[in-house]
Amino acid sequence: MTVKTRSKKVRVTTPFFKSMWAVVWKDLKAEGRSFQLLSAMWIFSFLVILIFNFAFELNIRERTNVASGILWVAFVFAGTLGLNRSMAVEKDRGCLDGLLLAPVDRSVIYFGKVIGNLFFMFMVEIPVLFLFAVFYNYFEIFNWGVILVIVLGSIGYTVVGTFLSSMSAQSRSRDVLLPILLFPVVLPVVINAVRASGNFLQAQEFMFVWPSIRMLIVFDVIFLALGYMLFDFIVEE
Amino acid sequence: MSMIKVKNLVKMFGLKTILKGMNFDVEPGEFVAFLGPNGAGKTTFLRILSSLSMPSFGDVKVAGYQLPQHAAAVRSKLGVLSHQPLLYGDLTAEENLEFFGRMYNVNDLGKRIDEMLEVVGLSKRRGDLVRTFSRGMQQRLAIGRAVVHNPEILLLDEPYTGLDQDASGILDDVLRTIASEGRTVIMTSHDLVRTEDMASRFDVLSKGKVIASTNKKNISKNGLLAFYRDAIERSKIEEEEKKRDRKNKK
Repeated sequence: MTVKTRSKKVRVTTPFFKSMWAVVWKDLKAEGRSFQLLSAMWIFSFLVILIFNFAFELNIRERTNVASGILWVAFVFAGTLGLNRSMAVEKDRGCLDGLLLAPVDRSVIYFGKVIGNLFFMFMVEIPVLFLFAVFYNYFEIFNWGVILVIVLGSIGYTVVGTFLSSMSAQSRSRDVLLPILLFPVVLPVVINAVRASGNFLQAQEFMFVWPSIRMLIVFDVIFLALGYMLFDFIVEE
Repeated sequence: MSMIKVKNLVKMFGLKTILKGMNFDVEPGEFVAFLGPNGAGKTTFLRILSSLSMPSFGDVKVAGYQLPQHAAAVRSKLGVLSHQPLLYGDLTAEENLEFFGRMYNVNDLGKRIDEMLEVVGLSKRRGDLVRTFSRGMQQRLAIGRAVVHNPEILLLDEPYTGLDQDASGILDDVLRTIASEGRTVIMTSHDLVRTEDMASRFDVLSKGKVIASTNKKNISKNGLLAFYRDAIERSKIEEEEKKRDRKNKK
C-alpha cells in the first residue's frame, strides 16, 4: 500500500510555549528512562556530603557556620555534572542540529533546557537536604528561608550553566571547558546563596538576609535576559 | 518563481573561504544532485540553506524567504536529512516523531506519526528505543522525522553514508516515494549510480563554486560518471592555467 507523505492538512506554526514544553517533555522522558544524568548527580552529591561529614568533626556552632557552604558545594559540583550531560545528549547523533532546525525562536530551546535542568537540580537537592539533615543531625535546614534561597540560587546557577554548557558543547574539550567558564561567572550567585542560607540558619533577622536575596534575584533576572538575547548567537555558526 | 535562489554566496570560516561566490537556482519540484569531492563545500552549502550556518556574503532566498532574516519561516518549509540521524537514542521511534511533530506544530499528530512509521517501514518497532536500532533503521526513521511536518523542500546530505546494500535499497524506495510527491529535493552524495537513478539535475561543486550543471535528459545512460570526471578535470586545468597566468604576470 502506498501511503501519501504529503498531506494538505498539515500546517506549520509553532507557538512559543508549546514548543518549549516539547523540549522539557523530551528531556524528562529521556532521563526518566535512562537515569544517566540523575544517577551521576545523586551519587556525586551524596559522596560530597559523606566526605565532608567524615572530614570535619563539627560541634553545633561550627555546624551552623559551615552547613550552607557544604550544601552549596554539593549542589554546584553535582549541577556541573548534570549540565555537561544535558548538552552532551544534544550533541549525540546531531540532535542539537535537529532542535535548531525547528521553526521556532531559538530562545524556546534555551528556556526548555533551563526548565529541564532546573527540574533535575531540584531532584538532586531534595534528597541531598534529607541526607544532610540525617548525617549532620541538623533538621533546622528545613525552613522556608533556606528553601527560598535554594530555589533562587538554583535558578541563577541553571540559567548561567545552561547558557555556558550550550557554548562549551560546541567545543571539543567541552567536559573541561564548562567548569572553567561556569565557576567564575556563577560565583556571585554561589557567594550570595551561601551567605543568605547561612544567615537563615543562624536565625538572623530578615533585614540582614535581604541584601543577599536581592542580589540573587537581580542575578537571576540579568542572566535570564542575557541567555534569552545571546543564545541565538552561540548556537549559530 | 525559484524555490531556491542563491547569488554570489560566500562563506568564510576565519580566513578560509569555503564557498567562493556561488550561484544556484532551483525550480519547484526539481531533484538536484549535488556532486563534488570531499571539502568542496557541499555540506556547508546545505547548512546555510537550512539556516544552521550564516552566509558571510551574498543573497540566499528559500521558498521566497530571505536568509538569515526569515530563518524560522525558511525552517518551516525544510526537511533535513543528514548522515547523522538527529534522533534521541533514549526515546522510542514514536516518541521521536512525536517530539519533532510538536516542535513543528503538526496537526493531527497521532495519525501523521502512524503514516510516517508505515512509510518508513517501522510500524512494528514504534515502541522500541532508537538506540537499539541498526544504522539503516535509524536513517529510515530520520526520513520520517524530516518529512513529518510535510516540508516543501528536502535537503539530503549524504544520506547513504554507512548504510549496507539492503538498507540503501529501502532508503531508495522511501526517497522515491517522497520525491514523487512534488517536493523540491537537493541531495549531496558520492554514490553516482544511485544519484543518476534518482535525480533530475546534476550540479558539480568544486572548491566552493558550481563548475558544471546538466539535466538528466542531457546525459546518456550511465554517463554521469563521465560528466562528473570531465567537470572535475576541466576545473583542475582551469585552475592550473590561472596559476600559470598569475606566475607569468609576476
